Amino acid sequence: MRQEQILQWLLAVILSLLAFLVSINVYADEVAETPSAPSAVQKTSLEALLTELTKVSLSKAPEVLDKIEDISGKEILPLFDAMLGGDLYYQLDSQRVLIVTKMAKGSLRGSDPLSGEWLDSLDKKTIKKIRVNNSLRSHLREAMARINLKTGTVEERRTAVLSMLDDLSPHNIVLLKDARQSEKNADVLKMIELALAMDVVGHSANSAERLLAMETLSGRLEPPVRNLLKGVVDNDAEGDRKVRATAAKALGTINEKREFYGFVEQLFFGLSLGSVLLLAAIGLAITFGVMGVINMAHGEMIMLGAYTTYVVQLLMPNLIDYSLWVAIPAAFLVSGAVGVLIERTVIRHLHGRPLESLLATFGISLILQQAVRTIFSPLNRQVSTPEWMSGSLEINPVFSITYNRLYILLFALLVFFVLQLILKKTSLGLNVRAVSQNRDMAKCMGIRTEWVDAMTFGLGSGIAGVAGVALSQLTNVGPNLGQSYIIDSFMVVVFGGVGNLLGTLVGGFTLGIANKFLEPVTGAVLANVVVLVFIILFIQKRPKGLFPQKGRAAE
Amino acid sequence: MNSLSEALGKWRLPANTTMVFVVVLFTVTLLAAFANQIFSPESVFHVSTYTITLLGKYLCYAMLALAVDVVWGYCGILSLGHGAFFALGGYGMGMYLMRQIGDRGVYGNPELPDFMVFLNWQELPWYWLGIDHFWFAMLMALLVPGLLAFLFGWLAFRSRVTGVYLSIMTQALTYALMLAFFRNEMGFGGNNGLTDFKDLLGFDLQADSTRVALFVITAILLAIAYLLSRFIMDSRMGRVVVAIRDAESRARFLGYRTEMYKVWLFVYSAVLAAVAGALYVPQVGIINPGEFSPLNSIEVVVWVAVGGRGTLYGAVVGALLVNYTKTRFTAIIPEGWLFGLGALFVWVTLFLPKGLAGLLDRWQQKKMATDTDDGDKVEVRT
Repeated sequence: MRQEQILQWLLAVILSLLAFLVSINVYADEVAETPSAPSAVQKTSLEALLTELTKVSLSKAPEVLDKIEDISGKEILPLFDAMLGGDLYYQLDSQRVLIVTKMAKGSLRGSDPLSGEWLDSLDKKTIKKIRVNNSLRSHLREAMARINLKTGTVEERRTAVLSMLDDLSPHNIVLLKDARQSEKNADVLKMIELALAMDVVGHSANSAERLLAMETLSGRLEPPVRNLLKGVVDNDAEGDRKVRATAAKALGTINEKREFYGFVEQLFFGLSLGSVLLLAAIGLAITFGVMGVINMAHGEMIMLGAYTTYVVQLLMPNLIDYSLWVAIPAAFLVSGAVGVLIERTVIRHLHGRPLESLLATFGISLILQQAVRTIFSPLNRQVSTPEWMSGSLEINPVFSITYNRLYILLFALLVFFVLQLILKKTSLGLNVRAVSQNRDMAKCMGIRTEWVDAMTFGLGSGIAGVAGVALSQLTNVGPNLGQSYIIDSFMVVVFGGVGNLLGTLVGGFTLGIANKFLEPVTGAVLANVVVLVFIILFIQKRPKGLFPQKGRAAE
Repeated sequence: MNSLSEALGKWRLPANTTMVFVVVLFTVTLLAAFANQIFSPESVFHVSTYTITLLGKYLCYAMLALAVDVVWGYCGILSLGHGAFFALGGYGMGMYLMRQIGDRGVYGNPELPDFMVFLNWQELPWYWLGIDHFWFAMLMALLVPGLLAFLFGWLAFRSRVTGVYLSIMTQALTYALMLAFFRNEMGFGGNNGLTDFKDLLGFDLQADSTRVALFVITAILLAIAYLLSRFIMDSRMGRVVVAIRDAESRARFLGYRTEMYKVWLFVYSAVLAAVAGALYVPQVGIINPGEFSPLNSIEVVVWVAVGGRGTLYGAVVGALLVNYTKTRFTAIIPEGWLFGLGALFVWVTLFLPKGLAGLLDRWQQKKMATDTDDGDKVEVRT
């Protein structure tokens, strides 16, 4: 009973945490208005301006860019972007401006930003790059932000204001004031208010005004806000004591918030590491719990799963987004089959001799490692991440979580509950539990323990393979992948208590979180050492782990 | 035929196995040493210094195997972390040798070893103080692993951690130490370890005579370790230890404090491993955190398993045999060695649970069906 309560509690906590993370910020995106095509008059003058751009010196270029910006709209963004990246060239003879992309085989391809016409196989000698320097780059970025602010989608407008926070020039402030009149989206409006308030705090001479604006700044997490307030607090020349006190207070609130989110971030990293440990350890927990056999080749089952992912991606190079859905069952089958094979050929003969099965499986792990080295080379292989798993969910300026970690966390929990279901609700699970509790009695009741052993081993190994698919998204896929997880997995199983999946869950997350919270204090390697030492000491106190088996099942 | 079987019959008596072992060891050692020193390099009888160093290395491994055999073969404690004690002993010696370099290092700093100069350290850390005295360095090389073993054993055996749990704990121990020693801030040379040694007690380490001397010393110490282990196993303590292996609870119920026997045996074994490590370092000329890697420790277990655990000579034979094979194997097909080692693990556990010694035992029994007195025969159980 107690265990189930803990389980429910834990699940509730994790789910509510996730729900919290997701619900904080969901932006309703508006459909972007289609930009109107530039009129003929504009086009000609734009052409003239572009030609001018090829001629002017670097110091004069901003003026030309301003003019271009004034007469054009959103359609100029690709051009600015190309210039920012140093991809903007012009033809020496016609002075025509081109956006140049390097193709495979080194040939150059140009496109006219005005007409959209493509020019293939350009000669390098006929074109010249339009020069940019750092001040021009920042000018370009601002210009792009301004254009986005006028014409972009909600998200684009928001990032535009955000990027303006770094540079509140009078020009930008005028623009923002204009934008405030027409802006309808509450989020963007809030951001604009913030920018204007920052301007007041930074530049106004009226301390009452500044105090009022300071209220808007309080609790905002954008880095420029913090810098501004720090400047106000540190700068003694700004005489007003009240302003400084308020700024200090606002800064305090911000720092508190940052600390809180730093804590949440660490917690998330801990949960993420915990989910990896859980995935790696859970298969081991099953085989060890049921058969009392330490499978030293477990890490190599994980490795096989990761390599299966690699092979699947090789087979379907154009469908990377779906490759994981194929890789998961494939990895389960591959690792599971190898597991059954090992059980049938080796472990079966070593029944009742756990130390010797440990040695034999270690030998198998060496063979598997070397086999992979021979087949796939000793170098790490590249496993690509599907589109939907890359990127990150930005919750606020100081806290964002990457999708791959989030999905793997969810996936680990899913695997855990599916396994729980299998063990609790299927006849295989019933048999497995019976054998793990009392092998001889189970045999007397007509359970084919040999078959159960093979299936358990296959199941445990298969889960390890699935873990390998998940791990291939986080770490390098190489022959040593499994080795680095095997000791950690054992620690999790031993810490949680053998023969108990819940113990593995709690153990995995506890160790993951403990590791991540120790890291800032001790450094990554020492954190690992400290955790290992802690477990060694813990085992002395409670040799059967956190959730020991009770009653007759426990020897 | 009769005299042969008589001789074989005597072989099986413990005292005589020891005798034979020591005699063979000394004969080979002295022959090799003389062959190196007396014959000129052109002679067919000449044994190269390379071979001498290799043999010396093997003997160090043999001592390490002996240490593992004492705890595993006789007491059933499968330690997957004996490499840690070996490496700690090695680091003790390595630190002494490092101090002996003096100002002959790359940076020529008389106060600090090269890697500390490289890390911009200003003074020696406290744990390096006094290590430039040979006796103190050796004391530390034995004391530190011994203490660690005592601490670990005391904690583990008192709370009755046994079987696979204990094995994994020992593995975690050496793994943790490996991670720790990889850190530069530890002050043990980090990733590169300690190397570039010049001389030991004033003798040039590169000189042939030093190498031969080290080899002979290793052989003598191995013989002493063997005799001492034999003595312990034949003593009352040895019998209790075997009893603990076969039925720990029964031994406990009979009134023996099993955990104390285990702790002291573990400490003895750790010190033995440390001696092996300390002898190993001057001969190979380097010690780095790789020695702590769990794979190394588990390889030792295989040497013992191949030779036959529960027989002291089995451990030594196994270590020599496997390492010789490894040397040959890696020279011919380097990538094949891990296949071979892995297969060896599986093969030995499946088909040769008592190792080569067990094979010899069976062969002897077949030869002399009449002989019923089996003094050294021990039932191996885990």
